[in-house]
Amino acid sequence: MNHLKEKLLSYFIAFEEQVEKKSFLHSHRLDSFAEFEKTGFPSKGDEAWKYSYPVLLKLLQNDYSIFPKELANHKLNDLKEYFLTAADSYKIVFVDGIYNPFLSHTSHQGHDICVLSSASVQNKYKDILNTYYNKLGAKQEDLIQLNTAYVRDGAYIHIPKNTVVDYPIEIINFSTGKQQNPLFIQPRNLIVVEENAQVEIIEKHHSIAPHEVLTNVVSEVFVAKGAQVNYYKLQNDLDTASLIDNTFIRQEEKSEVGVYTFSFGGNFIRNNLNFYQEGSRINSILKGVTLIEKEQHVDNYTLVHHQHPNCESHQDYKGVYFDRSTGVFNGKIKVEKEAQKTNAFQQNNNIIFTDTATINTKPQLEIFADDVKCSHGCTVGQIDKKALFYLQSRGISHKEAKAILTYAFTNNIIEELKNPFVKKKINEILAEKLGFNLQFSFH
Amino acid sequence: MAYTEKELQKELENKEYEYGFYTDIESDTIEKGLNEEVIKEISKRKNEPKWMTDWRLKAYKNWKKMAYPKWPNVNYKEVDFQKISYYSAPKKKDKYKSLDEVDPELLDTFNKLGISIAEQKKLAGVAIDVVMDSVSVATTFKDTLAKKGIIFCSMSEAIEKHPELVKKYIGTVVSASDNFYAALNAAVFSDGSFCYIPKGVRCPMELSTYFRINQGGTGQFERTLVVADKGSYVSYLEGCTAPMRDENQLHAAVVELIALDDAEIKYSTVQNWFPGDKEGKGGVYNFVTKRGICHDNAKISWTQVETGSAVTWKYPSCILKGNNSIGEFYSIAVTNNYQQADTGTKMIHLGKNTRSTIISKGISAGYSQNSYRGLVKVNSRAENTRNFSQCDSLLMGNKCGAHTFPYIETKNSSAQIEHEATTSKIGEEQIFYCNQRGIDTEEAIALIVKGFSKEVLNKLPMEFAVEAQKLLEISLEGSVG
Repeated sequence: MNHLKEKLLSYFIAFEEQVEKKSFLHSHRLDSFAEFEKTGFPSKGDEAWKYSYPVLLKLLQNDYSIFPKELANHKLNDLKEYFLTAADSYKIVFVDGIYNPFLSHTSHQGHDICVLSSASVQNKYKDILNTYYNKLGAKQEDLIQLNTAYVRDGAYIHIPKNTVVDYPIEIINFSTGKQQNPLFIQPRNLIVVEENAQVEIIEKHHSIAPHEVLTNVVSEVFVAKGAQVNYYKLQNDLDTASLIDNTFIRQEEKSEVGVYTFSFGGNFIRNNLNFYQEGSRINSILKGVTLIEKEQHVDNYTLVHHQHPNCESHQDYKGVYFDRSTGVFNGKIKVEKEAQKTNAFQQNNNIIFTDTATINTKPQLEIFADDVKCSHGCTVGQIDKKALFYLQSRGISHKEAKAILTYAFTNNIIEELKNPFVKKKINEILAEKLGFNLQFSFH
Repeated sequence: MAYTEKELQKELENKEYEYGFYTDIESDTIEKGLNEEVIKEISKRKNEPKWMTDWRLKAYKNWKKMAYPKWPNVNYKEVDFQKISYYSAPKKKDKYKSLDEVDPELLDTFNKLGISIAEQKKLAGVAIDVVMDSVSVATTFKDTLAKKGIIFCSMSEAIEKHPELVKKYIGTVVSASDNFYAALNAAVFSDGSFCYIPKGVRCPMELSTYFRINQGGTGQFERTLVVADKGSYVSYLEGCTAPMRDENQLHAAVVELIALDDAEIKYSTVQNWFPGDKEGKGGVYNFVTKRGICHDNAKISWTQVETGSAVTWKYPSCILKGNNSIGEFYSIAVTNNYQQADTGTKMIHLGKNTRSTIISKGISAGYSQNSYRGLVKVNSRAENTRNFSQCDSLLMGNKCGAHTFPYIETKNSSAQIEHEATTSKIGEEQIFYCNQRGIDTEEAIALIVKGFSKEVLNKLPMEFAVEAQKLLEISLEGSVG
């Protein structure tokens, strides 16, 4: 770990040489770099990393290459299968952390859907960058500082007032496995949604070939008055890939944001999801399904910060654990004393299939206001034996019955999904994972 | 004028601590400070055998290596361990042979506390061990208990008379290096209660220890050890008070419970250390380690009513080692003014078919902070484990806080774990409903608080339920009728 920190520190100047130094990102880089130099990686005994520290430590032992080479002649047609739809979406594609214009479909018509590296050198975007970039990440933990210091590229999305974006936006990070060493990438997304605008975003990370990759992605999302955002995170990567996803969302009054996280694969996934409510009558929705096997490790770490009256938050995370997998859920709801009439709900249900799998869950409430309705519920259990017997007595095989009941367990989250492509994709993945054709549910 | 919640709050703030008097008894206090010599001195004064002195010194060495714990959700000035006197005892010439010889001032103190020892002697009911400034001053009903083979005495007496039992069990549940305060306690503990229930005996009465800090500038470090042999049953009560002082006094106790096969221990606490005045000045720091171990088919039940202390920090826990063992935790924590409480439980499921229930009720008023922190851990071999946890918080006013930190760690596929928590205030509709039926607001609040905490109060033994009710009255005066 120290080795990696040393390496990151000593390569910083070389890295700055390689990227655009005139860019807006430069000064933030310097500040965060100094901050990272001070704090370093999360340390042992860090409460936020209580259950995932050993995995993180192991990951940070790798000898990562910090500057991926640009791969010009990669066969890009192979990648089509990873897209949600061939045509009906905007696409921002990065290959080994570097923007790939051939695969992407960006737009500047009425809204800006493009990349951070180009936006940060153009004058017309300066105001927005000044107002928003690194505003939520600046005071955060060490890994965010590292991302800000080593940021190379990411999505830049700006949706102006009263605009409804016609297609969903896909942000896809590919890693090729063509780099020599394990790869450590730091993508950075900035998403600004102005008043009453609406947009759907889908974020994915994929390895094309098995090789070690650690992605430390930071997304800052600003949602203005009355705007609506649905953000889907599809995490179904190879067993060699690890992901640390840091998402910060600032909401203004009457806005509604839903973040749907689906963790189905990968060596290690950590989702830091933070909601800051800065206005009244806000609704925040955090939903997630985790279904993992082998030695996979998924850690969902959420925060909802209620600071104003009459807001709501709804959290519902389902987990299904096979083999030797480990699941962590840490959900924190903080209600400040001004935030009267808050309704905050949190639920975490888990099914554990083997004695070698582990679930650690810690739903947390911190409440300073008295006129609120806050509750959390959390369960760990099994598939109902009676229900299983009922299905089997009607001629459905044990395996199939188990699959049906597991699917049903996750269904109340999938049912709610508004985007038909995402819904279809999730159903496909679940069918494959459960080894059972769930054709009945596709309508 | 209708009685409003604001008025209630005001009343609560102004409510004085009833047990805040100081008794002027000559006492024997050793100089402030902590080092090996002090520990040897404590041990010498208590005529302890060498193994005990060595055990203390070892604990002290461990303690010196430990870091000051900062993780709880409480804020207070760090304790200066060199400014505390680690031993203070009411001065006495010889051991008391009967109650008549006890200093009348001392007896008076206990009368004021509402626990007349002399009276207790006449009325069969509860056997009491009284610990004042860390030293046990009187134990009642010894003879009656002795007939059944029950040993109930002070810890120092137990070390003297039953060294084999003490040696066998002390430090087996809470080891001398368990945590910062447990290690400190092991090094300097001055007395406490010891209780042994032989095989198959059902203890005929409630056993009780009453703790009181009297002397200023001292800390209280007592150690309680309860051993229930196979098939036995005991119900144990514990109560505590302290005088009002501007300084913060430290209370770092250790309680170890051992329930062997088929045994049952019921341990109830009514904690009412001085909570500090309404500006948050003074009060007792209550840093306690309580833990019990259950062997096959055994059951340990913790019930606590926490109303006192400036800072409370305790987690009565159960290690469910034996198959079919049961752990229970019922708690009401009331915080007012600037009190802070970080309390909860740990249920460690190791055996098969183990069950645990956690019911925790937090009531916060004034500027207080009330946290529930709990752990339910299921080992991979603990099949068919069942746990149910419920944490409810009631907030009065928006200057206080209620927090929950439940940790759940499961490694077994047959475990069934449920946790739920709610936070709410006394609903306007509820009060309106009562008003409608001719119950005034004050009584309505009383009714609601009572109903909120009933589940836990019901678990207290008769004798204590009355005292607990009274305490709730004091802490939330005006609200409980």
